[in-house]
Amino acid sequence: MRCMIPGLAICLSLAAPAALAEASVAEYRAALADKDANPGSLIIEKGEMLFKTKRGAKAETLEKCDFGLGAGKLKGAAAQMPRYFKDTDRVQDVESRLVSCMVRLQGFDEAEIKKKLYADQRFNEDNTPLEAMAAYVYAQSDGMALNPPKKHPKEKEAVKLGEALFWHRYGPMDFSCATCHAEDGKRVRLQALVNHYNKKDIQATVSTWPTYRVSHGAMRNMQHRMWDCHWQMRLPDIDYGSPAAVAIIAFQADQARGVKFDLPGMKR
Amino acid sequence: MKRTLILAVPFLFAAPAVQADAALAALVDKAIAASFPAGEGQDLSRLVQDDTLKTCSQMRNNPTEKQAAAILEREAKNMKHPEGGKLLGDWKKGEKLFAAGFGMRIGAIEPDKADKQKGGNGGNCYACHAADPKEVAAGTVGPSLTGYGKLRGGGDDIVKYTYEKIYNAQAFTACSNMPRIGHNGILKPEQIADVTAYLISPESPVNK
Repeated sequence: MRCMIPGLAICLSLAAPAALAEASVAEYRAALADKDANPGSLIIEKGEMLFKTKRGAKAETLEKCDFGLGAGKLKGAAAQMPRYFKDTDRVQDVESRLVSCMVRLQGFDEAEIKKKLYADQRFNEDNTPLEAMAAYVYAQSDGMALNPPKKHPKEKEAVKLGEALFWHRYGPMDFSCATCHAEDGKRVRLQALVNHYNKKDIQATVSTWPTYRVSHGAMRNMQHRMWDCHWQMRLPDIDYGSPAAVAIIAFQADQARGVKFDLPGMKR
Repeated sequence: MKRTLILAVPFLFAAPAVQADAALAALVDKAIAASFPAGEGQDLSRLVQDDTLKTCSQMRNNPTEKQAAAILEREAKNMKHPEGGKLLGDWKKGEKLFAAGFGMRIGAIEPDKADKQKGGNGGNCYACHAADPKEVAAGTVGPSLTGYGKLRGGGDDIVKYTYEKIYNAQAFTACSNMPRIGHNGILKPEQIADVTAYLISPESPVNK
């Protein structure tokens, strides 16, 4: 929408204010796409260090954590999640699988981990170890095509359940995810909204999470995004790695299937 | 409304009608029950759906004619007017409510602080609707309301429709995306009358 050709410069002055705002938002997004300037890279490095550090009551690293391709095999693992895990008997994403490994391998207490899941942007906090490690695990699938398995009945169920949850309206605002995310070209205030039924749209989103959020000064993952959306819907806190949160993420991944990860992302 | 009708016609041919799936709905309820732990700052009563939201969820906002009629009838019964029956309030107060997005966020992570909430909840209307043409940061989820009163005038029927639509959008359009602002207690009836005035008053920037 920008008027690059001098002879057409007049079109800017004729544009409606909303179109002008759209143009400046597009410029802002282009600036955010500069990967070399993405502070998320530093958080991924921190995540790697933490992942390989002996921590927890058992003083173990997470190097034996199985993300579905075998113990310690991280390359491409995130691109094949969420998936069903026999040992926990549930479908898990990277974020919830990390917690299982911290509990089982390192001896952390799950309730204790959940007391502090995310950096609080209001106090300029650094990302939590969990956030940094999730960013690291996802980064090991950078450039790889998203293709989570859909063989196990629980994997199929998660996608179907996730879509039903996507349309589930509750809370005092009567919202569901679909209220904002099922049509093309919609915005809340100036924030463009991803249409989950537009393949290009949902692929662009899913392939760039975890993402560095400039307004938070922190790396955020899709579990945080789930919490944030439900919080905006004026619902109680949706639990990290909960069946509902993972199912919606499984639905998203299914809609975005085939896209290559482009990490770390950077967004408002 | 007109747009919905135009869109709905090709859909009749393109896709089979959504079927309510009781087994899937039960799975959803089970997942939700397992996904929002009780605790300080949580209000699990917010997870409970009324019959209208149940229908809209299961039908993915595409109710059958019979379901739609039942919703319209039920929600019309829920209509409340301000005491004294004055549906047109103070547009200047309405302007503030239209823009304010504060209120009702809960949980343990980032609840709205009560001390910041002296003015009560905002209507957060700009999240979805354009109104004052000078406000560029207006959302597009709902239709633009710029020039609302100028286009429609300020007759009693328009005032009543506008107030009631804001109070309970589902009394007019079954499974409307719009929150039932009055029915759900986001704004009080008097405040909805103020927002109504903001949309209709010739002095309001919406109509300049």
